[in-house]
Amino acid sequence: MSKAIIKFSETLHTKEVEVDPQSNTIILGDRNVTLEQSSLEAPISGTVYGALLNYRGELEALGSSLTKEPYKEPPKAPVLYIKPVNTITGFKSSIPLPEDTSQLQVGASLGIVIGKKATRVTEEKALDHVLGYTIVNDVSIPHESFYRPAVKQKARDNFCPVGPWIIERDAISDPNKLTITVFVNDVLKQKNTTANLIRPVSRLISEISEFMTLYEGDVLLVGVPENPPLVKEGDLVRIEIDGIGYLENPVK
Amino acid sequence: MKHARVVFQDVIHQAIETNDGHLKLDNGQIVSEEEVVWLPPVQPRTVFALGLNYADHAKELAFQAPTEPLVFLKGPNTFIGHRGQTYRPAEATNMHYECELAVIIGRSGTNIKQEDAYDYVAGYTVANDYAIRDYLENYYRPNLKVKNRDTCTPIGPWLVDAKDIKDPMNLTLRTYVNGKVTQEGTTKDMIFSIPQLIAYLSSFMTLNKNDIILTGTPEGLVDTKVGDEVITEIEGVGRLVNTIISEKQFLRTESENAIFSQ
Repeated sequence: MSKAIIKFSETLHTKEVEVDPQSNTIILGDRNVTLEQSSLEAPISGTVYGALLNYRGELEALGSSLTKEPYKEPPKAPVLYIKPVNTITGFKSSIPLPEDTSQLQVGASLGIVIGKKATRVTEEKALDHVLGYTIVNDVSIPHESFYRPAVKQKARDNFCPVGPWIIERDAISDPNKLTITVFVNDVLKQKNTTANLIRPVSRLISEISEFMTLYEGDVLLVGVPENPPLVKEGDLVRIEIDGIGYLENPVK
Repeated sequence: MKHARVVFQDVIHQAIETNDGHLKLDNGQIVSEEEVVWLPPVQPRTVFALGLNYADHAKELAFQAPTEPLVFLKGPNTFIGHRGQTYRPAEATNMHYECELAVIIGRSGTNIKQEDAYDYVAGYTVANDYAIRDYLENYYRPNLKVKNRDTCTPIGPWLVDAKDIKDPMNLTLRTYVNGKVTQEGTTKDMIFSIPQLIAYLSSFMTLNKNDIILTGTPEGLVDTKVGDEVITEIEGVGRLVNTIISEKQFLRTESENAIFSQ
């Protein structure tokens, strides 16, 4: 049982509830309520930043291309992007398949939710600025090149489901040891762990906040593991993260 | 009409410009420009910026003009208001301003046609989209460490109503560093015009009220130093004043700035 922050669509504000991440249910008194019975919105309010190429396997897969044109050398600073507000959507809502593509890429990511403004925080103090963790599907239209910002591939409406809730920080003993699994139509498609992050959670927060402030409510995606599953119309995507729960969305 | 967001006596107000150059606050008070702290004229949420959108600037940076708009996004952290201070990182060797016409979207729309695009514009303001070129890398270039730093995007002073700008595609842009003109161009030279940009962006995502599009900058970029006063000016839209401070000065005044950068 963990404390979580949840956003029901019938209220304007978020609510603190007890949840069971294992069964993805809300605990109300002595009852466990499944999320099928609730209508949820994304539990977040701020800006969503993502980190690209933050899994070792992702960087290894690029191999020698990192030292060739147009990249010339491997990335030095965290490679960041923004998922703007039009992309944010909640648990169970549909991911639209745009007309100009037949497949979408699932971006299974741990989302760090900022609880206290972070400017130039040290690695040691970084977690003090974290409210909790959520699950994010950073949906993209598959693209090969990372040279230019992928706004057209990443910023489509509803391309960023977030949820089902924010699990409080202290419920997760180590955010750098979380297993992430992706199921498409109940078939296991991807399994990885945040132990493979190049920049673990605290270091990522520290390095980013050195030049840009993270505000209360902002969300930082730690990265998307290599070999992201592809999905098509009619598929059901489920991303599970240890101790947080699962995020499920259909592609329509 | 010209609209601003300002702080006066610790309260955030909407304000309009009076005929004699004062500000009239939303509670009726008349105050002078120097008495207020200027905030970005709309609260930034989704902000697009264009790279290489002027033919001459693309040439200056030795790139071929893009065949599709080069768009990147900016976060709310980077914006400050008129008369604000931008810090130059201690280690930086190349920090340049970019005077840009900023288009403020007035209502939401998807698949907006070029011929209808101006119906979706609330107004215009001036932005100075500083870049610290020392941090340029070739991943999602221009990367956020170059373009999305705290204090690095002054915007304002005014949101000028769209109907008061007869032809936004024919405005002179000028940057003055310590009073001397260092950059001069015209919005006529944009590669992708305002209607083309609105049509392009809304073809794949919904544009919302108060979204901002920074439309790119012409040639004439020079390194700016600590202590420089940088004024970016666009004909009929406004004159945005900014001062470069050192990282050391910034760290000392950080808590003061932070109150207003939200």
